[in-house]
Amino acid sequence: MRRFLTIFAFFFLACGTGPAGAERLVVSLSNHRVAVTSNFVGEDLVLFGTVEPEPATGPLRPPYDLVVTVSGPPETLRTRRKERMLGIWVNADSREFVRVPSYLAVLSNRPVKSITNQDALRRLQIGLDNFLLPQRIGPDLGDTARDEPFRRAFVRLQTQQGLYRESGTAVTFLTPTVFRTAIPMPAAVPTGTYNIDVKLFAAGTLAARTTSALEVIKTGFEQYVADAARDYGLLYGLATALMALIIGWLASVIFAKD
Amino acid sequence: MRPLAEARLNRRKNPLQIYLPIADLPVNVFLVLGMGLAVGYISGMFGIGGGFLMTPLLIFIGISPAVAVATVSSHIAASSFTGAISYWRKRALDIALALMLLSAGIVGTATGVWLFTALRALDQLDLMIGLSYVTLLTLVGAMMIYESLRAIMRTRHGMPAELRRPGSHTWLHGLPFKLRFKRSKIYVSAIPVWAIGFVIGFIGAIMGIGGGFLLVPMLIYFLRVPTATVIGTSMVLTLVTMASATVMHAATNHLVDAVLALILMVGGVIGAQFGARTGQKMRGERLRLLLGLLVFAVGCRFAYGLVVRPDDLYSLRHVAGG
Repeated sequence: MRRFLTIFAFFFLACGTGPAGAERLVVSLSNHRVAVTSNFVGEDLVLFGTVEPEPATGPLRPPYDLVVTVSGPPETLRTRRKERMLGIWVNADSREFVRVPSYLAVLSNRPVKSITNQDALRRLQIGLDNFLLPQRIGPDLGDTARDEPFRRAFVRLQTQQGLYRESGTAVTFLTPTVFRTAIPMPAAVPTGTYNIDVKLFAAGTLAARTTSALEVIKTGFEQYVADAARDYGLLYGLATALMALIIGWLASVIFAKD
Repeated sequence: MRPLAEARLNRRKNPLQIYLPIADLPVNVFLVLGMGLAVGYISGMFGIGGGFLMTPLLIFIGISPAVAVATVSSHIAASSFTGAISYWRKRALDIALALMLLSAGIVGTATGVWLFTALRALDQLDLMIGLSYVTLLTLVGAMMIYESLRAIMRTRHGMPAELRRPGSHTWLHGLPFKLRFKRSKIYVSAIPVWAIGFVIGFIGAIMGIGGGFLLVPMLIYFLRVPTATVIGTSMVLTLVTMASATVMHAATNHLVDAVLALILMVGGVIGAQFGARTGQKMRGERLRLLLGLLVFAVGCRFAYGLVVRPDDLYSLRHVAGG
């Protein structure tokens, strides 16, 4: 396992080059695989790295700003709004968000708005307000203005569940060129492949960029049960019903007074 | 320093916490076990399945109404099987009547599961569950309170508490396809038997309740089934409709959480044993009054939830993964 990680580290050293510039990012993750087990209550992954000059003897231009965007596997969600009808609250209007990240964390060393201008934030999709969240609008797909009520509600609900977050204090520069951040994985984290996009800014412009990935898997009994329920619904149902009968029968045997 | 404290909390593994694979959320094992025990105690005391209490409780701790309804059906199957076995030993159940009810009950369950799937696709399942709870529970609860209060008043005045089974013929006895059920000593048309079976199977699948608290009065008042066989027979019907609801919900909607079901069942069957002992010590009409109040209260709680402006007008639902 340790050897594997070493190879991984070399891999990052090899491909951690950004756009043509004077800097290069080298990042590493404490763990590339999060295993969701029966007592999983969430976990923090630590991402750390350094800013290296490119070429090796070149100059560095601190202070730097860093934005880490972690996006989870895509999923389609419907946001519904309740309205009062005949005195009771019912789901009336709804919008479908198509293939949006199931998890989205934007972590930076200071609020993204103060790192670069709005134009660059929009173009590079930095921050929850600027990340592209396509909605189904008639036959087309398109993102709406960030103030649109359904989009705002969607981001707020995902944030409440700990699945979406934006933090302007999550990245710490230990020295002007060495940084670390913690990627929080909540208990209800969706399984799949997560993309990590690390962007380095110098004086408000993108200086270097690198990507990484991590994987969240359900392991053990939980995964087995979830797979069985999905792939063999009928058998799973029969097994559950049989379990009910066995427990019911056991109880009558154990507690039989006569 | 809040993020740091949060991080420390996150890293701690909680041994009491268990991850429910289908409900997709972690719950405290003892909380769920305790809920199973409490509901089991009540169900044992009144001789009912307790689904109408368990489903709302599960929704309250954050499990989606759809998963709650589907999972509770297996929990009720377990507790009604325990009950059915003990009534079988006492020879207090009418197999012929149970089979007749069942033939319609399964059709009712299948129809219920189909409607459940359709409503879920339309985003109106939660509303439907809420509305059915309000209507059914407040009505049935009010009727039970009224009936048991009258019985209590009658005993105060020195009259027998139990209403005599009216022997007179009603329009139900004029219907065709008459059948004789020997153990219950009744001779009735198959039509009301099928209708009752269908209704119980149908609402069971939609609401995640066994329907024992509905079925018992229906059998007594409409079919004049004697009290000696009514509970046992009702338990057989509950057992089969709930077991088939489990299988159908699992096969069509993939919503049955076996881990949650197991914890609930274990708590439920143990609680039921103690509840049954308490129930035997209480007078029948007092017991019915208590149950009526409980049923009515749960119905009112649901009504409150529908009428009061929700904290959050927006909600999310998964349409498709990856």
